[in-house]
Amino acid sequence: MCTIVPISKTVGANRIVPTVAIPHPLGNPALSREEEKVLRRKLVERALKALTTEVDGQTVFEQ
Amino acid sequence: MSKLRVVHYLNQFFGQIGGEDKADTAPLKKDGVVGPGMALNGAFKGEAEIVGTVICGDSHFAENMDADLSQIIGFIKEYKPDLVVAGPAFNAGRYGTACGAVAEAVQAQLGIPAVTGMYVENPGTDMYKKAVYIVSTPDSAVGMRDAVPKMAALALKLAKNQSVTPEEDHYISRGIRKNFFAEEIGARRAVDMLVAKLAGKPFTTELPMPAFDRVPPNPAIKDITKATIALVTSGGIVPKGNPDHIESSSASKYGKYSLAGVTDLTAETHATAHGGYDPVYANEDADRVLPVDVMRDLEKEGKIGKLHEFWYATVGNGTAVASAAKFGRSIAEDLKAAGVHAVIVTST
Repeated sequence: MCTIVPISKTVGANRIVPTVAIPHPLGNPALSREEEKVLRRKLVERALKALTTEVDGQTVFEQ
Repeated sequence: MSKLRVVHYLNQFFGQIGGEDKADTAPLKKDGVVGPGMALNGAFKGEAEIVGTVICGDSHFAENMDADLSQIIGFIKEYKPDLVVAGPAFNAGRYGTACGAVAEAVQAQLGIPAVTGMYVENPGTDMYKKAVYIVSTPDSAVGMRDAVPKMAALALKLAKNQSVTPEEDHYISRGIRKNFFAEEIGARRAVDMLVAKLAGKPFTTELPMPAFDRVPPNPAIKDITKATIALVTSGGIVPKGNPDHIESSSASKYGKYSLAGVTDLTAETHATAHGGYDPVYANEDADRVLPVDVMRDLEKEGKIGKLHEFWYATVGNGTAVASAAKFGRSIAEDLKAAGVHAVIVTST
């Protein structure tokens, strides 16, 4: 899970989930704590989806 | 001949705006030289002059690449330059990526030469070495005095349309092949190399292999509700007080920490050891980098089997690729031995 997807591609990650921002990849301080946790959960669930999806090369999970 | 007009691109740090707390600075321009531009101007020895400096915060650029790039190119264009110099970025990853992107866009959109400088392990090097001239620099700003004269000399040669080579002009090979007549036939050169190799003597290959580190993807997890999942981060999340003293940059180690009884990371219990991004948000709530709270919820609801009882953390800030690879191997072995099925790695 990373914000700068081209770097993850360069280093060879196979399942890539784009995130929010460099200093808070899985959060957004502009939101309320509750909204932020909903956002974080959505991103983690996307990572779980990536883990359960067969890929045959580097794949970015945009949704 | 009138002096060549040069625009210099810098990040917020070398642009003298500020440190990580100013990394979200939007693109701006200043007439004349700023910071390392002074030394660069000197190295041009009167043949060229920096007429303007364009500055952008590293995080701002990384997060708004397309919009920032077009604004930066607009600023550069206003100075009507003959050439553009970006950086040097040494081993700063976001800065290197920005320098490479700016140099590439300058060449493509303005049709003038651009030069940047980076450490060979900077992620920007791999991304842009084919497209732009990247002078090979040391890994930190201590190497400024070494880098600047080489960048200036290469920039002047390119502006004057002179031919350049990686060996003579100190830039990282762009992988371009040029035909030339060799003194010996290929068979002779190959046998000479083989003889030298067998004798343990040095020889220079004519076809260096790229060092791509690629691994085939693992198969998908069949039943995630039965899987044990571990969290690993290069974002430096550690128990507050950083018990293992993981370095804020160029980390020499990683830490392994217990999640027993932990359901939420808080400002009182956890913080980041990372020195390469603004730590305010991670220190307020480290779940923003290492999502323990959400993983615990998913575990409770049966959406995953189990959150692994340890998390692993290092600082991915100027950390040598060789060190990172070593940490990765060691962490992976540990996780396999513990029966972990899948890993979520978060990076900042």
